[in-house]
Amino acid sequence: MTVPTLTSPPRPTTRPDAATSAARITGMACRNCGLAQPLAVAYVCPACFGPLEVTYDYDVVARTLTREAVASRPPGIWRYLELLPVEAPPRRSLPVGSTPLIAADRLAAVLGVDRLWIKDDTRNPSLSFKDRPAAIAAARAVDFSLPALACASTGNLAGATAAAAAAVGLPAYVFIPADLESAKVEHALSYGATVVPIDGTYDDVNRLCLEIADETGWGFININLRPFYAEGSKTLAYEIAESLGWRSPDVIVAPIASGAMFTRVARGFEELAEIGIIDRRPIRFVGGQAAGCAPVATAFDAGTDVIEPVREPDTIVRSLAIGNPADGRYAVELARDSGGSVEAIPDGITAEAIRDVARLEGIFPETAGGVTLGAVAAAKRRGVIRAGDEVVALLTGNGLKTPDARTLGLEPGTGLAPVLRPSLSAFEAWLEARS
Amino acid sequence: MSTVRIPPTLRAATGGEKLVTVPGGTVREVIRELVTAHPGLGSQLLTQDGDLNRFVNAFLNDTDVRHLQALETPVGEADTLVLLPAMAGG
Repeated sequence: MTVPTLTSPPRPTTRPDAATSAARITGMACRNCGLAQPLAVAYVCPACFGPLEVTYDYDVVARTLTREAVASRPPGIWRYLELLPVEAPPRRSLPVGSTPLIAADRLAAVLGVDRLWIKDDTRNPSLSFKDRPAAIAAARAVDFSLPALACASTGNLAGATAAAAAAVGLPAYVFIPADLESAKVEHALSYGATVVPIDGTYDDVNRLCLEIADETGWGFININLRPFYAEGSKTLAYEIAESLGWRSPDVIVAPIASGAMFTRVARGFEELAEIGIIDRRPIRFVGGQAAGCAPVATAFDAGTDVIEPVREPDTIVRSLAIGNPADGRYAVELARDSGGSVEAIPDGITAEAIRDVARLEGIFPETAGGVTLGAVAAAKRRGVIRAGDEVVALLTGNGLKTPDARTLGLEPGTGLAPVLRPSLSAFEAWLEARS
Repeated sequence: MSTVRIPPTLRAATGGEKLVTVPGGTVREVIRELVTAHPGLGSQLLTQDGDLNRFVNAFLNDTDVRHLQALETPVGEADTLVLLPAMAGG
């Protein structure tokens, strides 16, 4: 599959008509108690406080979402429109998705697995997978006539929200921990967003945003638009299945922050089986967390689904530094029920994995990618990944967002030549001294 | 009497009140008194055993009570308790 180079929003050439479209999205329902609700800017069940999720009529979806229909459509997430919570592709949208699935043979040998694919989501418009959920939430914000987009972010969503808001012409307010990596802050600012640094952890930022989301009337992408936002991550599963020739792998390895992406990738594969576009077969789901903020891995190892929050995350992996993960319980259940695992990866291993995938495969991921690859090796050691397994690892953000992480554990200046005079003799002297 | 801030998703049960003053010496007692005063909150906040619903997070003066003494955390007159949905963020 090639990288999309679209200049205008892709529009499926085969799509349901308005009447069918209205029927395929049946509303929202509480994941906990099942109470049905109409589609709205809402995220909490009025009966039990559980999470609301968008619901579909899969019989209606299956009428038009076929392998042939998908193949006829332009690249990008909207090629799977029938399984997304929007009525039609938005009039304005960034070219998100259709990122490549890359055979990573050299890295596989280092990690000790037989067959490894990398889902390279470092190359979305704002350089992370967050463009997927942000695109869905932004489209819905326009549908709901919301006056602004906002988010609580560990960094990747900051850029994605700012870029999506720019694309649809809405102001953006991005709330972040004040000590976030400067590259992520500058990235969000570059799209014209207002960045609001908060003196606290991500969980402090999230709590504050919870309190203000419904008061401001803004569309907080990962709060009051979260049922729509979370659906965007399903497109990772759709693309992996399509890239593999409409089938699923043996093992999926992905990072876990809130757990929303991890669980929605599983939902994506389940939906494809539900509509008959792939065969239903077991997939083991392996999650990766940073050892310095690993509430989900801790619960998994303890054999419980009760998540004990981490008050002060201590890790270079800021994009996964959520001490109180909303979908943590569901992530533990998924890993356990699928025969997978949740691995806690020390920062040194993360940095080494970043260097390995960059030098062996030419892909430079941010810290969450290093955690994911560390989790591949850890799951192999644990016996979750077995001989002959086909493994897909999700690299969800670009290393340019966290350039300093690569150097952890290295001597300063490793790989960097001294400044040379611009002369052939100086170069030859340096080359001789080096060899 | 401590203060409880009510999020919009719970205000239907408090008659639209954003701030409610409630007696009680611990978080558990404050929530119990809150539910007594506004019974409509019971199904959302508490389990059948009287514990906090797992989809609700309680913050005392902006600190998650799970980082304190959970439901047994002492509550003073000047303290503010906030009850928020757990399913957000990320």
